Amino acid sequence: MASGVIAVVDYGMGNLRSVQQALARVAKGGDVVVTSKASVISRAERVVFPGQGAMPDCMRELDARGLRDAVLEAAKNKPFLGICIGQQMLFEYSEEGGVPGLGIFPGRVRRFPVEKMRGGDGVRLKVPHMGWNRVVQARLHPLWNGIDDGARFYFVHSYYADPADFSTVAGVTDYGLPFPSATARDNIFAIQCHPEKSAQTGLAFLSNFICWSP
Amino acid sequence: MGLAKRVIPCLDVTAGRVVKGTNFINLRDAGDPVEIARRYDEQGADELVFLDITASSDRRDIILHIVEACASQVFIPLTVGGGVRSANDVRRLLNAGADKVSMNTAAINNPDLVAETSAKVGNQCIVVAIDAKLTKPGRWTVYTHGGRTPTGIDAIEWARKAQTLGAGEILLTSMDCDGTRNGFDLKLTRAVSDALDIPVIASGGVGSLEHLAEGVIEGRADAVLAASIFHLGEYTVGQAKTHMQRRGIEVRL
Repeated sequence: MASGVIAVVDYGMGNLRSVQQALARVAKGGDVVVTSKASVISRAERVVFPGQGAMPDCMRELDARGLRDAVLEAAKNKPFLGICIGQQMLFEYSEEGGVPGLGIFPGRVRRFPVEKMRGGDGVRLKVPHMGWNRVVQARLHPLWNGIDDGARFYFVHSYYADPADFSTVAGVTDYGLPFPSATARDNIFAIQCHPEKSAQTGLAFLSNFICWSP
Repeated sequence: MGLAKRVIPCLDVTAGRVVKGTNFINLRDAGDPVEIARRYDEQGADELVFLDITASSDRRDIILHIVEACASQVFIPLTVGGGVRSANDVRRLLNAGADKVSMNTAAINNPDLVAETSAKVGNQCIVVAIDAKLTKPGRWTVYTHGGRTPTGIDAIEWARKAQTLGAGEILLTSMDCDGTRNGFDLKLTRAVSDALDIPVIASGGVGSLEHLAEGVIEGRADAVLAASIFHLGEYTVGQAKTHMQRRGIEVRL
């Protein structure tokens, strides 16, 4: 299963070492390559699309490296995993900087309404949403195999995806409001949290991705 | 049910070893950093903080190797601080595998560094560490250089400014409490946490599991940091979380 190359798309935004090392840990002989070459992405068996920093910068750098088409192509036909800003970039538009995304999923990326957010105890919630929160599985999916419904993953973000098509929601997390922490369709899975930083739960999730045949 | 309060063991590292001092002096050797990091991960630590307190500059790169080794074995967030002076220091630590970099003295001396690095790598990667000391009732002053130099700057004002500059989190240490094992400065923690939109990590003074719970309940900290109670094997991280849960705090177990 994991014979081919797993390409981690590097468009110059932040450090991909953690993603690479966590994938390498579960890849069982698969070759994990951090790359900014369209040709490597095109030949890869599966593609991981991470993201860090601000979405306008991420979109700009993706285009500056000429990787948009390779990413769009990969998202059409191979196992494709978006992580964090890599989930947000799959949507049509982000309130962060008011930029368009790749438009693979219909919907927008919105900022947490920090002034309105209160926890169950009435105490104000902080933004960024930082730490371990529950992901409630909205439906069955091979990437949830062996992972408890409501298992905690590590999050750090100030914006969240708000899909126009609810059939794409694969997981929901509550932080002042319920937001879709995982979205999926066909060969694409995208997750707001950081599986590479989510201890055993995260490694199990990445292992599911490595073995996934959509 | 939502976001869990975090329990963060802190490893003070010098010349490749973990040490723990009292009130910023009297260092005791507590072991190999990577081995300790792995143990805390197994116990359920939510994150780890490495503070490099190496004095001599020629041995400072040792921390990079420790971060690399740790990041390849432990898959939880790792914050590294101590002696970070430039955007280049930030970049090197992130490249070595740190998820967040903490700045203290450099942030005070050069606030633009916070703005510049935050704009570049995102505020989720930038932690501003504040060492504060009570100077009169309800007022705390920021100290730099490992707690040796008073700045005259008000801790709450500085925390607000750090947030505006682009810090994603504040690591708040009470110098009065650090090493005493008498508990956090809860008034300081509460004052800073209430003043900010970003998360606050309470640090300094933990001597019992109840102190951790107090930091969250009374101090309103988003995360609690401790060193010696874990290093010396008194308590595991798991015991800390079980206690906090009994006190009604949501934790990751």
